[in-house]
Amino acid sequence: MSELTKLTLAEARDKLRAREVTSLELTEACLTAIEGAGALNAFVHHTPEIARDQARAADARLAEGDAPAMCGLPIGVKDLFCTKGVPSQAASRILEGFLPEYESTVTSQLFDAGAVMLGKLNMDEFAMGSSNETSCYGNVVNPWRRGNDDTALTPGGSSGGSAAAVAADLCLAATGTDTGGSIRQPAAFTGIVGIKPTYGRCSRWGIVAFASSLDQAGPMTKTVRDAAIMLGAMCGHDPKDSTSADLAVPDFEAMLTGDIRGKVIGIPKEYRMDGMPAEIEKLWADGTAMLKAAGAEIREISLPHTKYALPAYYVIAPAEASSNLARYDGVRYGHRAKIAQGDGITEMYEKTRAEGFGHEVQRRVMVGTYVLSAGFYDAYYNRARRVRALIKRDFDEVFAAGIDAILTPATPSAAFGLGEMQDADPVQMYLNDVFTVTVNLAGLPGIAVPAGTDAQGLPLGLQLIGRPWEEGDLLNTAYALEQAAGFVAKPGKWW
Amino acid sequence: MSIAPETAARVAKLARIKVEPEALPALAAEFNTILGFIEQLNEVDVEGIEPMTSVTPMRLKRRADVVTDGDQQAQILKNAPDAREGFFAVPKVVE
Repeated sequence: MSELTKLTLAEARDKLRAREVTSLELTEACLTAIEGAGALNAFVHHTPEIARDQARAADARLAEGDAPAMCGLPIGVKDLFCTKGVPSQAASRILEGFLPEYESTVTSQLFDAGAVMLGKLNMDEFAMGSSNETSCYGNVVNPWRRGNDDTALTPGGSSGGSAAAVAADLCLAATGTDTGGSIRQPAAFTGIVGIKPTYGRCSRWGIVAFASSLDQAGPMTKTVRDAAIMLGAMCGHDPKDSTSADLAVPDFEAMLTGDIRGKVIGIPKEYRMDGMPAEIEKLWADGTAMLKAAGAEIREISLPHTKYALPAYYVIAPAEASSNLARYDGVRYGHRAKIAQGDGITEMYEKTRAEGFGHEVQRRVMVGTYVLSAGFYDAYYNRARRVRALIKRDFDEVFAAGIDAILTPATPSAAFGLGEMQDADPVQMYLNDVFTVTVNLAGLPGIAVPAGTDAQGLPLGLQLIGRPWEEGDLLNTAYALEQAAGFVAKPGKWW
Repeated sequence: MSIAPETAARVAKLARIKVEPEALPALAAEFNTILGFIEQLNEVDVEGIEPMTSVTPMRLKRRADVVTDGDQQAQILKNAPDAREGFFAVPKVVE
């Protein structure tokens, strides 16, 4: 593998601006790495022609001294983003053959900033999953392995393709989306950085909707600095998304001083769960000590409704999904089932959706339908929204009491084996998001930072949760943690 | 509360997803597991708490009620499984 693909965004940007390397060289190196990494199944739609055209255009801009933030930097794009004329399937059979006539706001901003798209990345179907095993393209394989054991591990989900591609140096960075942990959990499972910004920071326009009140896009990168660079290019106000915040986007990278003296870091006691592996407990304690050594004040805090976040999420997210996914009816785009003699439109809908949606998506759409149905709306959906208000209030109160950021583990375990959860009930899989889902319910920014490895050499991540709209401050705390943790391990190449 | 296969069939119908009768008992069992998990929410005292409508306390933007877009018939129909004479085509809707 070429050394070029191992560069961070910041390193590559500096080399491009210094004219030490061209975007086309970087792009070709990534395309070669992608061709050799079929075993990971991360890239599912390859766009080499687009990549080369964008790279040449970026090189021309660089030659003129016009080098915006992402100029010439090759990235991967999660299949959930609509990209004009390029398959955008949300890893679902129901969107087979769909070629968007438009570009999502986030990708078009990235392209305006000079980014180069290498292709589309695998994910869980409609972003519903925590192991990338619900994709119509098949599983993504984590580039990390347990020592010399060749068991195939999950990269996490739903942004599993993005995580695997960045960890394996197939691209310099990738876009992800996060509804309950889908950026932060796979980032933690693959030893990379992933940030979900405040709800409203990134436009959702042109991103296939899962649960609209929870979905946010964000970058998945090799370093915190790269996350700051790429997030700046992705976010900003968009009139096409009514929930997009009309707020100025600060220069996140300029805020990375590494100085967190006097910052108050909260350690929520409710995140110390029964049966938590000792390695996770130790990682958390180590991270706490690192922030303290960097000059932060550590304070134990309480977020009393934490326990109810997952059950509330598994009412609200399926409810919104059942509504959002009603559009896949075989009429306007994507798959339509062949119908039998005498079938009417209802049979066409039912067969199309049975053939087009995978099992997990069908299950969530039906759970959502149930909790919204007459007689249950108040008992389930309205109750969950009231609990959600309480979960947000817990955070509001600790921030009002002076907490600047909250430190928690990112996941309850390291990456598990593909197929290992097959016989577990669905709730067992949902528990993967126990530390991340609160952040979506409260609309807060959260970042996963690689902070250590387990006994088998697998990466483990810590999560920092920030105040709304204060991604810059959060990134700076994450930067301090990254510096202190000094995580440099990379997966050995076997693919 | 326990979901019977008949309820699962009704939910599948409402969701417009065809489920074969032999798959209904397993589906009902999965619903029961998930709903059992959700039942925990009943422990929470939500008295006086309004259901959340917006996670960020921002007022939705308004704009003038005017046409801002249009004339995209070809693009809109481009991805249709069946489009004829400028329309989406579907199987018979009414008898």
